[in-house]
Amino acid sequence: MKLLWREALLSFSRTRTLSALSVTTIAFALFVTGLFGLVALNLRAALGQIEERVEIVAFVLRGTPSQGLAVAMEDISAFPEVLSVRYVTEEEALAQAKADLVEFRDAYEAVQINPLPPSLELRLKPGYRDAAHVGEVAERLRGFPFIEDVRYGRDWVEKLDRLRTIGGVVGGVIGLAFALVSVVIIGVTIRITVLQRAREISIMRLVGATDWFIRGPFLLEGAIKGLLGGIFAFLLCFAVYALFKAQGLGLGTGLRFFTAIHAVGFLAFGMLLGLGGSLVSVGRHLRKV
Amino acid sequence: MIRFTSVAKRYDTGGGPALERISFHVGRGEFVFLTGHSGAGKSTILKLIYAEERPSSGDVRALGFQIPRITADEIPRLRRRLGIVFQDFRLLTDRTAAENIAFALEVTGAREDVIPQRVHRVLEQVGLATKADAFPRELSGGEQQRIAIARALVNDPAVLLADEPTGNLDERATRGVYQLLRDINDSGTVVLMATHNLELVRASGQRIVELRDGTLVFDSAADQEEVS
Repeated sequence: MKLLWREALLSFSRTRTLSALSVTTIAFALFVTGLFGLVALNLRAALGQIEERVEIVAFVLRGTPSQGLAVAMEDISAFPEVLSVRYVTEEEALAQAKADLVEFRDAYEAVQINPLPPSLELRLKPGYRDAAHVGEVAERLRGFPFIEDVRYGRDWVEKLDRLRTIGGVVGGVIGLAFALVSVVIIGVTIRITVLQRAREISIMRLVGATDWFIRGPFLLEGAIKGLLGGIFAFLLCFAVYALFKAQGLGLGTGLRFFTAIHAVGFLAFGMLLGLGGSLVSVGRHLRKV
Repeated sequence: MIRFTSVAKRYDTGGGPALERISFHVGRGEFVFLTGHSGAGKSTILKLIYAEERPSSGDVRALGFQIPRITADEIPRLRRRLGIVFQDFRLLTDRTAAENIAFALEVTGAREDVIPQRVHRVLEQVGLATKADAFPRELSGGEQQRIAIARALVNDPAVLLADEPTGNLDERATRGVYQLLRDINDSGTVVLMATHNLELVRASGQRIVELRDGTLVFDSAADQEEVS
């Protein structure tokens, strides 16, 4: 183990320029991936906020006995998809309409009879705010005899669904592409190190070192480079985030940065990339010689 | 110790066979010169012994290992029992003489506390104990080859393979390296030395195996057997 660390650190100190270049290359490859991750994170936060507006309004027949309504509301609250149910009286509905639709305020003042029926306003739990689940809950609500009509803005929810799917696919594909580019860049960088030490590897083999013994220092070196690259990339991402935040730019939800778990995952990803790149490069070299 | 039986070797790169119908045997305590012009197949024979190459046909046995069937795991075990020396020394230029020798012990997992004394022992054996801290660039060709020999010896090999070890050396250094190999052989290690230095070979009185275009044309041991 001591030898492993010594050889890996020795390689760093002997090839300072190349090592610095490797770490920089890895850092920039991961920086691009990290930037994309940040964009995806903020887009998701924005989508999440839009999703929160998904609401089902079930209009209740006038004259429905309050006792029966209370029991039904308990049943509806017990639906697995439902986060909350609120009963909106006719008066509340009118007051809300007056507040929301200022241009019709005079018209509402003129009418003698309140045209707005009482209603139930349902909010759904995260993960159930898509067209399929919303439609299902709406259908179930229609089954109650005192429900006159159910509205939830089908087109709008379906559009949100499509946006989510496109976001997911584009995010997955681009994220994967960036990650693959990082793997290739890191692999090439480490391959240069391996080639530079080809003579040492051939001597190690001649004196009876096992392939795993030869791989060891390279793997450690790759992991360290990946980790260092990850740290630099993370700091660069933070700098970009801070710059955007200082400019007041965001998607209406306030800018978000990686959480501690994201940060650990990001650094572990860098380390794994370094390790994987080394494993492939050294393995290929050992098979050739 | 080493046995070749009807060995042929063809490289994938094309051209004629590198070796054809090679059969010979090297026993305990022997010193054998492998001679022949460049491209005669001397290095190929050595590569087959340390399993860098595998024969196209025939059988090669080295220290109990059957080279045509040797596994990847067995190769390091075979090489730990062999010492290998090359014309170009193959020393690590950024490490001192002692570090180069210690490296051969370290990669085989030798105990850390025994390494300095074993390095010192072989440095004394090759007469370069005072040059332990010198880098290869600070040493003459003959001295570099002695360090390479010390590295080959440090694992107490049963067989020492030397591929043109005097090819880059002047007359004096050549004699010095040859004498060192003789001393090593006297202590019981089998030495197989490939060389095209016929003057050295003839003056030595050692067994000679001569190759020409990949075939064995002369083996002094077989010749002596015939005479007797």
